[in-house]
Amino acid sequence: QESQASGLPEYIKIVEVGPRDGLQNEKVIVPTDIKIELINRLSKTGLPAVEVTSFVSSKWVPQMADHKEVMRGIERHPGVQYPVLTPNLQGFHSAIAAGATEVSVFGAASESFSKMNINCSVEESIEKFEAVAKSARNMNIPVRGYVSCALGCPYEGNIVPAKVAEVSKRLYSMGCYEISLGDTIGVGTPGSMKRMLEAVMKEIPLSALAVHCHDTYGQALANILTAIQMGVAVVDSSVAGLGGCPYAKGATGNVATEDVIYMLNGLGINTGVNLYAVMEAGNFICTALNKKTNSKVAQASFNTGAIN
Amino acid sequence: RGARLTLSLCPQVSGAAAAGAFPKRVKVVEVGPRDGLQNEKNVVPTPVKINLINMLSETGLQVIEATSFVSPKWVPQMADHTEVMQGINKLPGISYPVLTPNLKGFQAAVAAGAKEVSIFGAASELFTKKNINCSIEESLERFDEVMTAARAASVPVRGYVSCVLGCPYEGKISAAKVAEVSKKMYSMGCYEISLGDTIGVGTPGSMKEMLTAVMKEVPVGALAVHCHDTYGQALANILVALQMGVSVVDASVAGLGGCPYAQGASGNVATEDLVYMLNGLGIHTGVDLQKLMDTGTFICNALSRRTNSKVSQASCRL
Repeated sequence: QESQASGLPEYIKIVEVGPRDGLQNEKVIVPTDIKIELINRLSKTGLPAVEVTSFVSSKWVPQMADHKEVMRGIERHPGVQYPVLTPNLQGFHSAIAAGATEVSVFGAASESFSKMNINCSVEESIEKFEAVAKSARNMNIPVRGYVSCALGCPYEGNIVPAKVAEVSKRLYSMGCYEISLGDTIGVGTPGSMKRMLEAVMKEIPLSALAVHCHDTYGQALANILTAIQMGVAVVDSSVAGLGGCPYAKGATGNVATEDVIYMLNGLGINTGVNLYAVMEAGNFICTALNKKTNSKVAQASFNTGAIN
Repeated sequence: RGARLTLSLCPQVSGAAAAGAFPKRVKVVEVGPRDGLQNEKNVVPTPVKINLINMLSETGLQVIEATSFVSPKWVPQMADHTEVMQGINKLPGISYPVLTPNLKGFQAAVAAGAKEVSIFGAASELFTKKNINCSIEESLERFDEVMTAARAASVPVRGYVSCVLGCPYEGKISAAKVAEVSKKMYSMGCYEISLGDTIGVGTPGSMKEMLTAVMKEVPVGALAVHCHDTYGQALANILVALQMGVSVVDASVAGLGGCPYAQGASGNVATEDLVYMLNGLGIHTGVDLQKLMDTGTFICNALSRRTNSKVSQASCRL
């Protein structure tokens, strides 16, 4: 009732990207069995979607070299989606062969970023994704589309909202069921989030939008709040805030799932997720990585021994 | 790459403020030298404190809480309150409020040159008992003495209410209680009431509920929020407060000041991160973010600690 009265969504789907986006940006290579254990624990928290791995060449992303083993090794809980990244048709076929039932493709709103990241223009990347989307459609495999640099680019600086809307529209038109708008370097603020969403919402139905905020400048929760005030009901996050920022040494990256859930709980918004279970999964992976959590909720809770 | 990082410091200013959703200007109250340092383990030498405040005075901040006139027995970090007050450069147009828990502290503060003071109430009986060993009612009676003296000396008084969104001892705090204490302090003559989420447990939901209750008793123009980032909620909570018309926000350079109730956890929200957000919303603060970050770097080096400001961390080119 509380969330309804405030005009916020009643339910928000949390897409857990820790095992993929998170681990991909961690320096330490995580053994396969630890990855599988992490995903299995996350499957029991109530999270509706857990991004498992990435079917990219191990030459580019050594952390994801064990994609097949991870995909085959995890427990598949009913009601939980297990998307995987597939940058091209080859990766897509490999993913399907390994048992994937949902895939993601990664576009960008910045030409420079696209060139530096995947060595081709935005247009060329879209062509590759179209091939994936076509195969996926034939096999009834849902495809999620990501748009990177939605609020700023490490090379180009400011990104115009119209460009984000344009790329989003291309991905949606080719059949992506959901478009996740990523503040890749975390430079966005509630001001730029609002302007960007206003532009994108002209092209894509609200129900097909997600936000993927990085906390590099501490703005993530404020940006997520802005998005949900505008009706966005899907939020990406990473357990324990796994994953630093490759563009700002020592800085943080993904927003912590625990901190997002704490906020949504306080707003009376249903997520279906057990915060304590996520904290335990976070504790597990941080111990395995020998690092401190990036989640402030976890930091505060483990030190007082109580959850408020 | 350097150019990109600089660009990131100045997120595109927009007309969002003009759209009516947010205040056009926000007054940032810098509490680092007092609230921040008070909750840092290492005792900071007087010259360092003075230099910190002097550097902050160059950033465009209009209010810098300088020190606390409490007994050094209770707060050793603030033992040098007189020297600090007398040692800082007091720039015109900048206010340097100090904490005064009672009449004795008030008199010492004025003697040392203070032109504005603050008093600390709480919305929790248990917290008041544990913190200053009396009831809320008794604490307000003590403050009455300060108010009378302050009025006679034409010294403005800022009132703080602690535990507005939760208490480390009582847990949940009713919004009505916060409104009641705020109203009393405002009626006593405090020109501004700073509502403090002392243990950082608040969320945009509880912030909205609490402010709705308080705004029935105190005009929004006299309200400030003092959010702790212990659970990572500070900026989201501040955003909601701004949306409800609050235009005064407390923060601490480099996010100085841990939380005494959760070991190792963070406390105050970092001024740099707040200013970054306000800049992005097109809200005027008058604060130079780069100078602020430089000040944060100075005090963190002096304290041999890393900054708690994410903006600072991200912009660091080590």
